[in-house]
Amino acid sequence: MAQLKVVLQFPPNLIEQPITYQLIKKHDLMVNILGARITPKEQGRLVVEISGKKKNLDAALRFLKEIGVGVEPLARDVTWHEDRCIECTACTSICPTGALSVSRPEMRVTFNHGKCIACELCVPVCPYKAMEIVSK
Amino acid sequence: MAKTIEEINEKIRRGKAVVFNAEEVIKVVKSKGLKKAATEVDVVTTGTFAPMCSSGAYFNVGHTNPRIKLGGGFVTLNGVPVYTGYAAVDILLGATAMQVEDPLNRIYPGKFLYGGAHVIEDLVSGRDVKLVARAYGTDCYPRKQLETWIRLEDMNEAVLLNLRNAYQNYNVGVNLSDHVIHTYMGVLQPRMRNATYCSAGQLSPLLNDPFYRTLGMGTRIFLGGGIGYVLGGGTQHNPSVPRTERGLPRMGAGTLSVRGELKQMNPRWLRGASMTGYGVSLAVGIGVPIPVLDEEIMHYTAVTDADIVAQVVDYSEAYPNCVPGSLGEVSYAELKSGSIKIQGKNVPTASLSSYARAREIADILKRWIVEGSFFLTQPVEPIPSVEAGLRCKALNERPVVNGPGPSR
Ligand code: SF4
Ligand code: SF4
Repeated sequence: MAQLKVVLQFPPNLIEQPITYQLIKKHDLMVNILGARITPKEQGRLVVEISGKKKNLDAALRFLKEIGVGVEPLARDVTWHEDRCIECTACTSICPTGALSVSRPEMRVTFNHGKCIACELCVPVCPYKAMEIVSK
Repeated sequence: MAKTIEEINEKIRRGKAVVFNAEEVIKVVKSKGLKKAATEVDVVTTGTFAPMCSSGAYFNVGHTNPRIKLGGGFVTLNGVPVYTGYAAVDILLGATAMQVEDPLNRIYPGKFLYGGAHVIEDLVSGRDVKLVARAYGTDCYPRKQLETWIRLEDMNEAVLLNLRNAYQNYNVGVNLSDHVIHTYMGVLQPRMRNATYCSAGQLSPLLNDPFYRTLGMGTRIFLGGGIGYVLGGGTQHNPSVPRTERGLPRMGAGTLSVRGELKQMNPRWLRGASMTGYGVSLAVGIGVPIPVLDEEIMHYTAVTDADIVAQVVDYSEAYPNCVPGSLGEVSYAELKSGSIKIQGKNVPTASLSSYARAREIADILKRWIVEGSFFLTQPVEPIPSVEAGLRCKALNERPVVNGPGPSR
């Protein structure tokens, strides 16, 4: 089992193509969409976590490149300093992917690194500097 | 049957006291009924852990040789200026004070990375802090310069002295404007895309004793991980606001002023907070034990998040311009569900006060009492309640014109 978190850049002509469908169906991969955005110039940006057999993953990356989808690794990584976090929950309503989440009614805060797309929205929101961006 | 504080202390001494935290006690009262619960339960422990700006500390740093008079001079701790208007080596540090060279909000929104609250956290963590002083020099205090490392254990006295803590209820902050705003209620997204609140609700000290019947000057409390004392009502103590049928204030009301020795405190419960675009604050952990003296107090401590309501306030226009009124009233049960409905819109919520840590404080205090290491005190002076008729006033500005000076 291999796993990869990447940013996929779609040129305008590919936006309407069922590409994630092909990744799932043709290459037998699991695709977890962490973030999606279409810019005004019709560039599509998809942050995905792809997992499956190493062989299939490599084939899928080749396929994406061939049809013209830009594939970049997530350039930044986010660290949750648990010791600095006071579990106030301030960041949790701002986190777009649910990487930072609250268990209710206990109101305990947890960070799921796998869901984080390094959007950095939580960084200025945390008063205790518990969320840190690390450039890779 | 009424109990006295002495009777409860006697039970603590014998290891027989029955103690619950303010969350657990809700179920106890529900299952046993008020009457039975009030005879069985001795103490309910509360807690809160949140940024509380009106906090600070004073220190006596000890005399140098030759002597220096810091009083009237200029002194910084890790670059943060302290107040020197006392005797030779007494200084006062405020939580929100910023380093002299900090850009503040000149580069908006400012990061406010390090201020007075962080100095307090560093000291309590046992770290060295740099003390730099300039003095004017006198015959008996000739020295004019001082630069040294100092830590908490080096100080003669180091006392946390907070003017206003443990607010009894607070606003829910939203932003009606079309741009992001940075407030002490956190980062508020435009067009009401989020709402923030700041209270431990059913665990919060003053919401468990809404008319301040059991506490006052001299009440021993959990403060910053150690022992502290209530000095009285805090600044802006405002008991006469509208209340619910249960007597709970519908908005910010009572406050506490507290003090405690910093040397026995713990950085887990005193944390510097950097509020982007706003400033520095100190997150303070406070836990107040409520002695269950009678059924009425038992009733008050059984308060639930569904009973407590707060006002939703717009921090883009209404708050800065003191426009009275509220966009709506919501309960803490709704706030803690993760989403509230304001004017027909679902708005995600987040807290600045840590409920998880509030519970931890209430549990620590409970343990101390059960173990027999923490005894309750009889307050020597009550905190003014509703009948005192206190009202928090706004500043009445009077124009200053050139002339013979203020009228007398
Ligand atoms: S950077 Fe922060 S806000 Fe963005 S996804 Fe990761 S945890 Fe959530
Ligand atoms: S804002 Fe910071 S301290 Fe609060 S829950 Fe999020 S990471 Fe933890």
